[in-house]
Amino acid sequence: MAEYRRTGVLSIDDLSGRIPPRERLQRGPCAVIECVEEIPCNPCEEACPVGAIHVGDPITNPPALEFERCTGCGACVGVCPGLAIFLLDLSGGRPRVTVPHELLPVPENGEEVELLSREGRVLGRGRVVRTRRAGTTWIVTVELPTEELMWEVRAIRRSP
Amino acid sequence: MRIEQHPILEFKRKRRVTFTFDGRPIEAYEGESIAAALHAAGVRILSHTTSGAPRGLFCAIGKCSSCLATVDGIPNVRTCITPVREGMVVESQRGPGKLNPGFRPQPREVEERSVEAAVVGAGPAGLSAARTLIRYGIVPLVLDENPHLGGQLIKQTHKFFGSRAERAGTRGFSIAEELVKEVEAGAEILRQARALGLYREGERKILAVSRGDGLLLLQVENLIVTTGAQERFLLFPGNHLPGVYGAGAVQTLMNVYGVVPGKRALMVGAGNVGLIVSYQLLQAGVEVAAVVEAMSEIGGYHVHAAKIRRLGVPILTRHTVIRALGEETVEGAVIAGVDEHFNPIPGTERELEVDLICLAVGLTPSTRLLEQAGARMAYVPELGGRVPLHSPLMETTIPGTYVAGDCAGIGEASTAMLEGELAALSLLSRRGLKLEAEIERVHRSLEKLRLGPFGERPRAGKEKVFSLMKEVAVG
Repeated sequence: MAEYRRTGVLSIDDLSGRIPPRERLQRGPCAVIECVEEIPCNPCEEACPVGAIHVGDPITNPPALEFERCTGCGACVGVCPGLAIFLLDLSGGRPRVTVPHELLPVPENGEEVELLSREGRVLGRGRVVRTRRAGTTWIVTVELPTEELMWEVRAIRRSP
Repeated sequence: MRIEQHPILEFKRKRRVTFTFDGRPIEAYEGESIAAALHAAGVRILSHTTSGAPRGLFCAIGKCSSCLATVDGIPNVRTCITPVREGMVVESQRGPGKLNPGFRPQPREVEERSVEAAVVGAGPAGLSAARTLIRYGIVPLVLDENPHLGGQLIKQTHKFFGSRAERAGTRGFSIAEELVKEVEAGAEILRQARALGLYREGERKILAVSRGDGLLLLQVENLIVTTGAQERFLLFPGNHLPGVYGAGAVQTLMNVYGVVPGKRALMVGAGNVGLIVSYQLLQAGVEVAAVVEAMSEIGGYHVHAAKIRRLGVPILTRHTVIRALGEETVEGAVIAGVDEHFNPIPGTERELEVDLICLAVGLTPSTRLLEQAGARMAYVPELGGRVPLHSPLMETTIPGTYVAGDCAGIGEASTAMLEGELAALSLLSRRGLKLEAEIERVHRSLEKLRLGPFGERPRAGKEKVFSLMKEVAVG
């Protein structure tokens, strides 16, 4: 049994092959799809405007992303029923992570928020640089203090 | 307490009404159930047993009888599915409750009529069946014992899995809204109507329906039974305390009525339901102290587990609840690690400060109507318990009687909708319509949604049911 079946937390090893390489991220945002199980689901494949996500047949194939084709538009982030897609970006001054967010109150641009890891640990604080809406899911981009955090931060929380 | 703002839902509250509970005035909104309105006012204890143990709601969908109280002098009313009314007098009971000595029952009006097709239960399976019948020109009679149509679909705030054909990426309640709209426009609908029994007289089938003060005897040519499921219970000291709720009840309070079910919760069960409802609790502003799961691994999808883990909710596998604390309502819970035989390991007990213990330990098909009518049944653990035997075309052993959704074996809302459609297509093809291609399409969709390791159990369960069905005679 994979450890994540016990913990609910994916390790970097579980994600091997699914994380875009650093060089790709230096050229602009790219999705990371943290969906590793065989579940019948493919809205991400349909939502991708450039055909970078492949599920195919059978529908239980975990999605595979072509990093070079992905434009980092975030269309998949807003449709994924598992809220399992994030954007990573190393092209600007500071590293950025984009996460789906469905809690109130919605953070505002410029606001400082807590950065949470896959296991809910507070890893530091970051600044919200963009918020947009896909239906009732908010898509929030935060700037991070260090590049290391980009591989770990997968949620945000408004500071108490 | 009521939820004023929610990240996903909007609560459009209707006119204010006032009723009394044990003499105390309670403010509520039209359309709310008595139990939800009381909960919003901070009242969790609805009655006491003869021995003095408190009782509150548990299932919130009229299936468990834990929420009984006396309403306008009538004892044992299910407060979870009875809407509030201005001036209503609600009283808690001690024991079974007593009829007012002056009470004289009115003679019941009995109406007899015949219908071409009736659908019992207006959840995802029933609505989907009714919609399909409507599309082929039949006006079905759809009845449900709840005041709302949509069954459990109206409280599903997450986006559905699957593909576009099964509405993947759309939230459950939005799918329910569309279905309800289409069915309301084309079917005859009876709300708060309970199917009491199905009686067979030769070739004829009579469905007895209790509705308000009247009794309806329907001679039905075709019947689609979609009676859903009920929440499983768990044995532990204190499990009777108000504040121990089924996951479905917590969803009903939060997502249908916009009422906060508690301040801090313990979730029991890490299947998809437990994981999804934990996330919904966080969205409603309720803290989740932990999710405990007796098995050695999480039962639900990893992506659902990941959503609550990254918001700081611990998931403790090989742990269970061993006691609820509190005298009149839940004030805490004791959890403990369990060994491979699910026995608590001494010394691992831990106390959690919670006022809500949410049970998400599985569902059992609600099959009483079909069992009473004499449908052949089988115990199929993969499908959650006793289920009516049925063919791949959803026909039971009673002629002209079809089954779909959770009462035909526990599944997902998406598979329930497909089974409902299939039952309707099957009924229509018995009447001579050529629908092979449509039936084939639905079969393929069902097959697709049951692919992969998570579909293994329902797949195996259905195979068992279909092969048993082949061995018995219909009639």
